[in-house]
Amino acid sequence: MSSLWEYANPKKFVETSQRVLPWVTVLSVACLVVGLVWGFFFTPEDYRQGATVKIIYLHVPSALVAINAWFMMLLASLIWLIRRHHVSALAARAAAPVGAVMTVIALATGAIWGQPMWGTWWVWDPRLTSFLILFLFYLGYIALWAAVEDGDTAADLTSILCIVGSVFAVLSRYAVFFWNQGLHQGASLSMDAEENVADVFYYPLLVCIAGFVLFFVALVLLRTQTEIRARRMRALMARERMG
Amino acid sequence: MMPELGKYAATVLSSYGISILLLVALAVVSLRRATRVRRALEEVEARRRP
Repeated sequence: MSSLWEYANPKKFVETSQRVLPWVTVLSVACLVVGLVWGFFFTPEDYRQGATVKIIYLHVPSALVAINAWFMMLLASLIWLIRRHHVSALAARAAAPVGAVMTVIALATGAIWGQPMWGTWWVWDPRLTSFLILFLFYLGYIALWAAVEDGDTAADLTSILCIVGSVFAVLSRYAVFFWNQGLHQGASLSMDAEENVADVFYYPLLVCIAGFVLFFVALVLLRTQTEIRARRMRALMARERMG
Repeated sequence: MMPELGKYAATVLSSYGISILLLVALAVVSLRRATRVRRALEEVEARRRP
């Protein structure tokens, strides 16, 4: 039986991800189109929130991916720190801009949704504030990778930053449970069926979440391939310069 | 075909517009960089072949 660590070999990772990528891309686009069309055109208004409930199909999946992208980066960073596999460090680097864009979408749609519902674009609520800080950590993480020339040193430093930032990823996810203040509602999805949104909104939301998650996976695979190729190119050019 | 969004039309449409624009831009930027880096690596590898 083959080991998961085989994919720590950059060549093996690129070969395998090239085979998987078209399928993940097609599935992601299909889920996004079906979920968003279903949610936008074929679901009713909410009795309290009116048509603004349609924003749930963008806001919840993007927030979910934004938080879990950071956890994926944390796992990849720990693998780098413990086992020194370059592919894991490059995968974390590849995921950061995708996670940052998901955070922007969640913040923007949240502000646009909040204005008519809460009467304000923004409030320093625990969940919103920790989410904004998570976004700043994403920017810091991307900037740190760009600022340090030596790849291994950059991977070390960004891994430490990722571990520190995980506090805010956890806060973004769980703040509503232990901080009984703020405007943000509790979780839209729960293991307890009674806490979930109504079925008519729930099923298209699940399809949208699948679409956003697969979109994230597809982009991370593509961008990790790119980072692996860029690293190889830098190594070959350095060898050329040395003659 | 277009659902009745009433007084929230601008709210809902701007959310969808911004989100779809950001998702498409992210995909395009990632694809363009992937193509550019792949070509550059092929050139460097071609130079090294005897």
